[in-house]
Amino acid sequence: MSHTRENAMEQLQSTPLLAEHERLKALLAPFGGWNMPIQYEGIIAEHRWCREKAALFDICHMGEFLYKGDLEAGGLEDVFTFSVKTIPVGRSRYGFLLNDVGGVIDDLIVFRLGEDEAMIVVNAATIANDFAVIQSRLKDGALFANISADTGKLDLQGPLARQVLVDAFGPEIGQIPYFKFIRTTILGVEAIVSRTGYTGELGYELFLPADKVVELWNLLLADGRVKPAGLGARDVLRLEVGYSLYGSDIDEATTPLEAGLDAFVNFDKAFVGKDALLKQQREGVKRTKVAFQVGSRRSPRHHYEICFEGEGIGTVTSGVFSPMLGCGVGIGFVRPDVAALGAPLTIMHDKVSMEATVVELPFYKNGSLRS
Amino acid sequence: MAETYFTKEHEWVKIKEGIASVGITEYAAHQLGDVTFVELPQVGKTVKQFQVLCAIESVKAASDIYSPVSGTVTKVNEALEDRPEIVNEAAEDAGWMAWIEMSDPSEVKALMDRAAYDEYLRGLE
Repeated sequence: MSHTRENAMEQLQSTPLLAEHERLKALLAPFGGWNMPIQYEGIIAEHRWCREKAALFDICHMGEFLYKGDLEAGGLEDVFTFSVKTIPVGRSRYGFLLNDVGGVIDDLIVFRLGEDEAMIVVNAATIANDFAVIQSRLKDGALFANISADTGKLDLQGPLARQVLVDAFGPEIGQIPYFKFIRTTILGVEAIVSRTGYTGELGYELFLPADKVVELWNLLLADGRVKPAGLGARDVLRLEVGYSLYGSDIDEATTPLEAGLDAFVNFDKAFVGKDALLKQQREGVKRTKVAFQVGSRRSPRHHYEICFEGEGIGTVTSGVFSPMLGCGVGIGFVRPDVAALGAPLTIMHDKVSMEATVVELPFYKNGSLRS
Repeated sequence: MAETYFTKEHEWVKIKEGIASVGITEYAAHQLGDVTFVELPQVGKTVKQFQVLCAIESVKAASDIYSPVSGTVTKVNEALEDRPEIVNEAAEDAGWMAWIEMSDPSEVKALMDRAAYDEYLRGLE
C-alpha cells in the first residue's frame, strides 16, 4: 500500500515555490497532478484577506502556450469558441476549446501579445491534452510552443492589489483596465501583468520567467498588505462569484450552452463543436446549470443530489460555505424545466438534507473586480 | 473535580456527577480546519456509546461526531449555531457541543485518559 502511494507522490509536479510553501507551513495536497498549497493560516482567514486586502496565490501550475504566426493562415482563429483576431493587441479574452460534440476540453484565456502572436493560458490538469488538441487543429507555418515549464505565474488579488503593485513597480500598472494587460519589466526581466483573476476582486495575474518567481513571491509578501492564500480559499472565492471550475462544473461531457456560458461562444465564426452547439440550440438543452443558496450554514458538496418536489432532478458540481453570505451556496446541473429563479430545491446526501433556493449568479455581488 | 476522557474518533468527554459534557479535541478541530456548521443533537435524544451524536462541517469536510457515552442529551451549546468557529478557537472548552446524562458510568472503561490519548496521537503522526 505505502509503495503505491510513494509512486503516486513521485509523479506529482511541484512549482518553483515548493520550499517557500513548506517554510510557511502550508498544508500541501495534490491538485491536477501538482503538489499545491491548499491553505496557510486557514481557508476562511485567507478568503477574508483577499476580499479586504490583497492575497497572493502560486498559480505556476497552470499552463501557457505561445503561438506565433498569421492567426487565420496558421489556423488559430478557428480553434476556440471566440475570435482571436478581433482581440485588440494588449487585451485578453475568455472562452473554450471544444470537442466535436460541443463538450468543453478546457476553458482558457487568450492574450493577444501582438499582431501575429498570442499566449494561451490553460488549466494545469489539461496542459498535455490541450496542447495536442490545439496543435492538431493548426496548419503548417505557425509556431506553437508549450512554455509552461519556463513560465511562472502569480496572482495578486484583492482591493489593495493595485496599490501594492504600483508601490512596488511604478504607476503604469495602475492604469490597466479589466481584461487588459501590459508587457513590462519586473525584477529586470520581461513580464506580463494582466488585470484578470479568479476571485471577483480587483486583481492581477503576473507572468514572468519561472526562475524569478521566488524573488517576486518574497518581494510581494514583504508588503504588510499581502498574505499568501492557497487553493482552498481560491475555490471559495471563485464559487462566491460563480466562476466555473474545470473538471467539476464543466468537462468534456458538458457544453457551454448547458453551463449557461453562451456569452463566450461566437456563432458568427467557425470552431470545432459549432454544429453540435447549433443542434443543441435548436433542440434545447436536456440539463442546465443552476445556482442555489442554502437556507442554513450547511455546505452542499460535489456529487450531492438535487431534488425538487421529492424527485431527483440533478447533481451538485460545486458547493461551499460562503463566508460572505453566511450560508451554503452551490451550483449544479438539473432538468431545465425546474431551474426557475426562486424554485425551492432540496440538496440530499446520505442522511443530510438541506433546503435551498434557486438564485442568480454571482452569489456575492460586492467584489472590487472592476473598481 | 471533573474527569476527562477521550475516544479514538477524537471526541472528549468531561464527567461530573453523572453529567458528561462532550466535544471534539483540538487535534480534531485542527484536522477539520475552519468549522462552518455544527448540527447539534436534540435535547431529550437518547444516544448509545460510540453511536452518532451529531454532525460537524468544515470548509473541507462533513463528519459525524460519536457519543463517548450512552445517555440522554440534556443541554446543547446553542452558541455554536451562529458561531461554529468557537470549535476552532476553544475546542476543548467553549466549543463543547452537548451535555449527556449518563446511563452507564462504567462505560468510561472503554475510553482513554489524557495520557493514553496523547500517546494515541503520537502513534498517528
